[in-house]
Order: sequence, then structure tokens, then C-alpha cells
Amino acid sequence: MRSLLLNTAAVVVIIGLAMAFPWLKLPLILSLCYGLAALGIVVLLKAGQISFGHAMYACISGYVVAFVGHRFPGMDGVLLIALGTLASVVAGMLIGAFVVRYREIFFGMLNLAISMVLFTVLGKFYAVTGGTDGLRINRPTLLGFELTRDPFEIALLVLVVAISLAAIWGVQRYFLSSSGQALAAIKTNETRLEYLGVSAKKVLWKGYVLSASLCGLSGSLFGLSQGLVTPEMGYWLRSGEFVFIAILGGAGHAVGAFVGAILYEFLKMYAAALVSGSWQLVLGAILIVIIYFLPKGITGLMNRRKRLIGGAA
Amino acid sequence: MSRDIFILAMLDGMSYAGLLFLVALGLTFIFGVVRILNVAHGSLYAFGGYGAASLGLWLGQGSESAVASVLLLVTGAIAVGIVLGTVLMLLLRQFQDRDPILQLLVTFGAFMIFEDLQRMIWGTQPYFVADVVNQMGTSELLGVVYMNYQLLFVPGAALAVYFLLKWFLNSTLMGRQIIAVTHDREVATALGINARRIAYLTFVVGAVLGALGGALASPTTSLVPGIGADMIVLSFAVVASAGLGQITGALITALLIGLSRSFCVYLAPEFEVVMPYLIMVLVLLARPQGLFTVVQARKI
Repeated sequence: MRSLLLNTAAVVVIIGLAMAFPWLKLPLILSLCYGLAALGIVVLLKAGQISFGHAMYACISGYVVAFVGHRFPGMDGVLLIALGTLASVVAGMLIGAFVVRYREIFFGMLNLAISMVLFTVLGKFYAVTGGTDGLRINRPTLLGFELTRDPFEIALLVLVVAISLAAIWGVQRYFLSSSGQALAAIKTNETRLEYLGVSAKKVLWKGYVLSASLCGLSGSLFGLSQGLVTPEMGYWLRSGEFVFIAILGGAGHAVGAFVGAILYEFLKMYAAALVSGSWQLVLGAILIVIIYFLPKGITGLMNRRKRLIGGAA
Repeated sequence: MSRDIFILAMLDGMSYAGLLFLVALGLTFIFGVVRILNVAHGSLYAFGGYGAASLGLWLGQGSESAVASVLLLVTGAIAVGIVLGTVLMLLLRQFQDRDPILQLLVTFGAFMIFEDLQRMIWGTQPYFVADVVNQMGTSELLGVVYMNYQLLFVPGAALAVYFLLKWFLNSTLMGRQIIAVTHDREVATALGINARRIAYLTFVVGAVLGALGGALASPTTSLVPGIGADMIVLSFAVVASAGLGQITGALITALLIGLSRSFCVYLAPEFEVVMPYLIMVLVLLARPQGLFTVVQARKI
């Protein structure tokens, strides 16, 4: 009941804000996209693993949306999103089968290496991928409706909010499931997990595919809202941003990724406006300060309060 | 492939491998102390390059002597390494007992800060100070004219650093203390080694090596924003394929990656940038712990 109220409140606030200040629409869509990707990173953080290459899934999905959109111009936006995400699921299954054999630094570095290969290939093969200029995505119909730019963005925002809520719910459910618990056990003690007869590789593989698909979903939506995909979408610094957001929000609860993403997007906007040209400096300093004072992120703060209240009662 | 191209590719590869080795070695050293890969290492490389170039512009103008130019390059690298290394070490010390992932992210934050600082100090215009290359002249090898700087100096410097470090680590008291602290900090402390001081020293040596890589690269590459980001990923690839903490391994892997990259430049230029990562993926497929690491027993 309480979570239903919270959900409704969040939806009303986000959509209301976008209606009241139309310029907020795109930043909100983009930050929720970032949130979806960061949620994918949170899943991996649960297992104590970190990836500096997950932007490649956003990139794969974005390019699939662009390719399919060009090849079949009449295709519906929702179908494009589904196809884009599917591509990432498949890629995640394949790459995952290989990288789950590694842990910690090697895990992170392998993801990084594979994403760099993709980034380079996309930038080099100009004839197919448009090189570093990327590919344009024409605005498709959404559920059969042909929309102009403004209503399209509103519809996209509603769609992204709905998907985000579903993702939060789904990932929270996953964390509570036995598979999710086993995933968390990889961080605490992998050997014991194996002694219990659970294959750590298989558990991590499931988590990895989930995280890849979330990043892919984010990439499809991101590409549609921008109308453009570039290799930059898959550069390792972008992956770093996802990790940044995940840490900012905290790995305690799935909602953290979205809180972190919205905060991040607006911090970036204000930092860029305030000290033009050195927003990275501001963000880097904020990242370090957050890690120092709030190692569990913003949701860590919420959980601490909850525990305090619970202790008093 | 003609003989000339073969020789050119070999020489290019060796010179490139020399730089890669220096940077990757620094990364391995720092890993030995803090047990995390230092993402800000790319900034050390970039600052080393910019620092050495600025020093050269400031003091080296009009000088004819190659020795003076080399001295300026090395001095710049050492100064940058000591300053930035100390800053990073002090920063990371605040996070000593935290989750390694968080420590890694602290270096990522530091990298973001350094990246903008570099832009503020040196701007976005390319820097190019190539006096030392001209001063060293060229020589002819089997019919191919090549710059002495790249032919002799860079690989020579890398080899000199390699043998010097080998000697330092194996034959001096301080070097042995470094090995002890990297191997097991607790036991080393119990044996009466000042682990804090040794860790600081190791970290700074690593930082100086990273900066030295940048400084030696500066006369032959133009310095632009973003070189740090590219280099860090490459040196990660070297360190991960070689195995963490492997000095000889880093040398061989750097050579492997440097040579294959330069052959790619001449034979299949599209794959040039992909090559290091492909090698890394292939190596890790065959040997998950890196080429030269001895597999450790699992701790329960």
C-alpha cells in the first residue's frame, strides 16, 4: 500500500514537472534512461563486481534501433525498443558466458576491452555505421500513433516512467528471489556458495544478462529520445558514468539508481552552467565526497533512517 | 610485405612498446601498494607529457644539446610524478579500509578532476615540442632512415628502467622491502619494515614511471585532451594480459602488443586500435590470471 502511494507520488511529480516546465522533458527522459542503465550496474554491484564496459549494451541496442528503423521505416517505436533490447539480451548471453569466469579487476577489464573493440569498430566502418558521426534515428510511430516532436516526447516520458517503475519492481523481486540472494552471496563468500551446490558462474550469468538487458533497454530509449546514436554511447567513460550513478544512488535498493540518475543529470546541468568547461572537475569532486561521507549512496541514507525509526519503536 | 615495411613496423612497434611498458609498469607498481587499478594513471601519463613539454618550452628554447633536452624531459616527469603521486596517495589513504570498488571509483573521480585541470592549465590546443628528436638526428638501418630518438632512445630508456628496477628490487634493502610490503603488508610490518613509508615510495615510483611514459611520448605525439583516457585503457590491457604485479611479464606483453599494433598500422589499419584488446581477450581466454601469474590457492 505504502509503496503504491510512493509510486503514484513519483509518477505525478515527474509527469507534473514535465508538464509545468516543458524544457524539463528531455532531461527527465535522459536521466531515467541513465537510471535504467545504472540499475543494470547495481545488479552487478550486488555480486561485488564492477564493469567499465556496460555502455556497450546501450550502444548495441541504440544501433540496432537505428539499423532496423532505417531498414523498415514503418516499424513501431515500441517494437524497435523491444528489438533493441533483445539484441542486448543476446549479446549479454554470449559475452556473459565468457566473462562470468572472471572476477573483480579481470571482470571489469574484460568488459572494458570488449566495449572498446565495439567502440572502435563502430567508429571505423564508416560505410555501415556512419563512423563517428553516428546514425540518425527517424521518429517512429508509437503504438500506431504518428506524433509530432512535443507529444512524442511526452509519450516517451510516460513510457520511460512506466518502464522504470516496472524495472524497479522487477529487480527488487529478483534481489529477494533465491537467485538474487545467491548473487549477493558471490560478494560475501563465493566458495561457500559453491559448497552449497550452487553454480556461482550460472548465478552470475543470470545477473549479467539482466544487467545487460537493462543497459540495452536504456540504450534503445536513449537513442529514440535523442534521434541519434554515436559510438560515444559505448565509450568507457560512459560506462564510468553509469557506475558513478549507481554509486551515487547506492546499491541498497533498486530505486537508488533512478534517484542517483536524476541527481546526476541535474548536477551535470548546473555544473556545466556554473563553471562552463569544467563540469567533470565538479562531478569528480562530488563523487569523491559522496564516497567519503555516503559509501552506501543515497539509498544507504534512507535505509539508515528506516533502521533508526525501527530501533526506536 | 616488403622488407622496408617489415623493418619500419618492427622499429615502430619497439618504440611504442617501450612507452607502453613504462606506463604499464607504473600501473603495476601502484597496484602493488593499493591493490586496485589506478584509473588516474592516465592523468599521470598526460600530465607527464604536458609537464615535460612545458619545461622544454620554458628552459630548452634555442638549446642545441640533446642531453639537456633529455634531462628536461626526465626532470619534468619526476616532478609531475612526485607531486601527483603524493596527492593521489594522500587521497587514497583516506579510503584505505573501504570496499575496493569504492577505492577504484575514487581514482575515477580523481581522473575526472585531473582531466579538467589539464584542460584548464594547457588548454585544448595541441602541444608539440620535438626539439629533442631533431637534436638526436637520424640513422640508417638496412636502408630505412629512422629517427634516433625512436630507434635508440625510447626502447633504450625502457630497457634501462627495466634492468635498473630489477636490480633495485632484487639487490637493495629498500627494493627487497618493497617486495615484502607488496607481497604481504601485515607480515612485513611485523618484521619491522615501515610499511607506510615503503608504500608511499612504491606509489611515487609508479607515478613517476607513468609520467615518464608521457614525457618520452611527448616529442613524437601531439598532446591533446583525451590522451590520458586512451593510454589508461591500453596500459590496463597490458597489465591484465601480463598478470598483475609481473614486471618481466609487462615487458613481454608490451612488446607483443606494441609490435602487433604497429604491424596492423601497415597491414590492416582498421584494426590498429582493436588489436591490444583482441590480444588481451585471447590471452585471458587461454589463461584467466594473465600470462605470467602463478595461480594462487583459493582462500575459504
